[in-house]
Amino acid sequence: MTDAAPDGQYDAWLDAIEDGEAYYIECENGHGWLPPRRVCPDCGSRELTEEQMPESGEVLTHSTITVPTPQFEDDAPYVTAIADFGPVSVTGLVRGIDPDDVTIGTVVGLHVGERATTGDRAVVFEPR
Amino acid sequence: MTDPRIAGAGVTKFGKHPERTGRDLFAEAGLEALDDAGVAPDDVDALYYGNFMGELAEHQGHQGPLMAEAIGLDAPATRFEAACASAGAAVREAVKSLRNGESDVIVVGGAERMTNIGTAAATDALAIAADDLYEIRAGMTFPGAYALMARSYFDQYGGSHEDLAHIAVKNHEHALVNEHAQIQKAITVEDALEAPTIASPLGLYDSCPITDGAAAAVLTSEEYAEDHGLDAPIAVTGTGQGGDNLALQDRPHLAQTPAADKAAEEAYADAGIGPDDVDFAEVHDCFTIAEVLAIESLGFYDHGEGIHAATNGETDRHGELPINLSGGLKAKGHPVGATGVAQLATAAWVLDGSHPRADAVPDGTVGVTHNAGGTVASTTVHVLEVRE
Repeated sequence: MTDAAPDGQYDAWLDAIEDGEAYYIECENGHGWLPPRRVCPDCGSRELTEEQMPESGEVLTHSTITVPTPQFEDDAPYVTAIADFGPVSVTGLVRGIDPDDVTIGTVVGLHVGERATTGDRAVVFEPR
Repeated sequence: MTDPRIAGAGVTKFGKHPERTGRDLFAEAGLEALDDAGVAPDDVDALYYGNFMGELAEHQGHQGPLMAEAIGLDAPATRFEAACASAGAAVREAVKSLRNGESDVIVVGGAERMTNIGTAAATDALAIAADDLYEIRAGMTFPGAYALMARSYFDQYGGSHEDLAHIAVKNHEHALVNEHAQIQKAITVEDALEAPTIASPLGLYDSCPITDGAAAAVLTSEEYAEDHGLDAPIAVTGTGQGGDNLALQDRPHLAQTPAADKAAEEAYADAGIGPDDVDFAEVHDCFTIAEVLAIESLGFYDHGEGIHAATNGETDRHGELPINLSGGLKAKGHPVGATGVAQLATAAWVLDGSHPRADAVPDGTVGVTHNAGGTVASTTVHVLEVRE
């Protein structure tokens, strides 16, 4: 069995988070995105640079998922959230906190964890 | 410019038909539509067909020609895929082709087979309408995505799960007399609030079921309908489509659906009407919160004001603006690729008086359909009006 090919800039982005060097993509007009991007969907700029991700973000919204896809069967129930990191927002799994204690505004850091079901990497938020 | 006429429509019973193939489901709806229209198959210029998960559910791509064959058409056939708005996109392209004179008769339709693969696989298949890298890998499911929007809505505008429960109760009540509906069972607000949670804050009764089914309609140019003496008084007078970032995380607002705002504005301008002219609407309530977002985007309510509409009785069949007289996706069911055309058929039947809930708007002349794909990254809106 051969390993699946990495998903290019997405896996490189996860590598960077693991190395403590998380970044986002910014266009010349200050619009932030996550990789891979070749053009800013907001303004059409193709002048994109990698910028350092803020160290913490705030939960914008969250849900405890009890009916998962098969790829998350052993993870359920789990919390999925969107967190605002300033220039970009990120979707991730919230860990290290009781699901009932997650609220809008919870301050989190950005990490990479493993999915219990498949062992694949996933974006994880933990309270800071 | 011609306003295409709806010459006929056909919809299967929506529900669990795990043993029925997609081609069989579509054949039933398509042949019913052709028979209803009284149009010769040789006159059909094209089939525009919506389907979303055929590769995953039936290991079947390239469904356009397969479905043309299934209803006896020797015509070019193209599949449209815009997640849950696939059939709405097919309708829009049909309207354009009929208006620009390229075609005189087009069959539009869609089908989805979903229950044969079970709940877990269907949940997985539906999820791929989201961003795989940034949403699905973070555990996003479709109920989960709408739950994120619902929680954001409550935070920004107020409202409660109980308000959402009133939407479910309303749509279940509307479906009681709809023989096409998957769920013909009345529920109470308590039933909805006590149902198991799927993705907090949404529970089982906030979610549409997993559904097999098909829908089809025969659209013709005005000239063709007149020349052939068709009984086709309902016209599609407005069409609009909007788009948005695929991933929720990339949108500036998590409790609004600007793709639907754009689609509605375009469709209203196309028809030369405004939201105040609309007598009823069929909207994409895949989850209860989706109905709230839809009626706000359609301009019936300001943003943040639609949450109490069902609670106040404004959108039920006795209210000022009935929403989802069919029972909506919530109770009628949501065979993804068929939904946009099923909405079109419902609206036409309400306007011509043949729908069992048509008495809600006895003098209605304008109906609107709203068909959303994914977390509303794609939306089509169509305006239907009575023409004599």
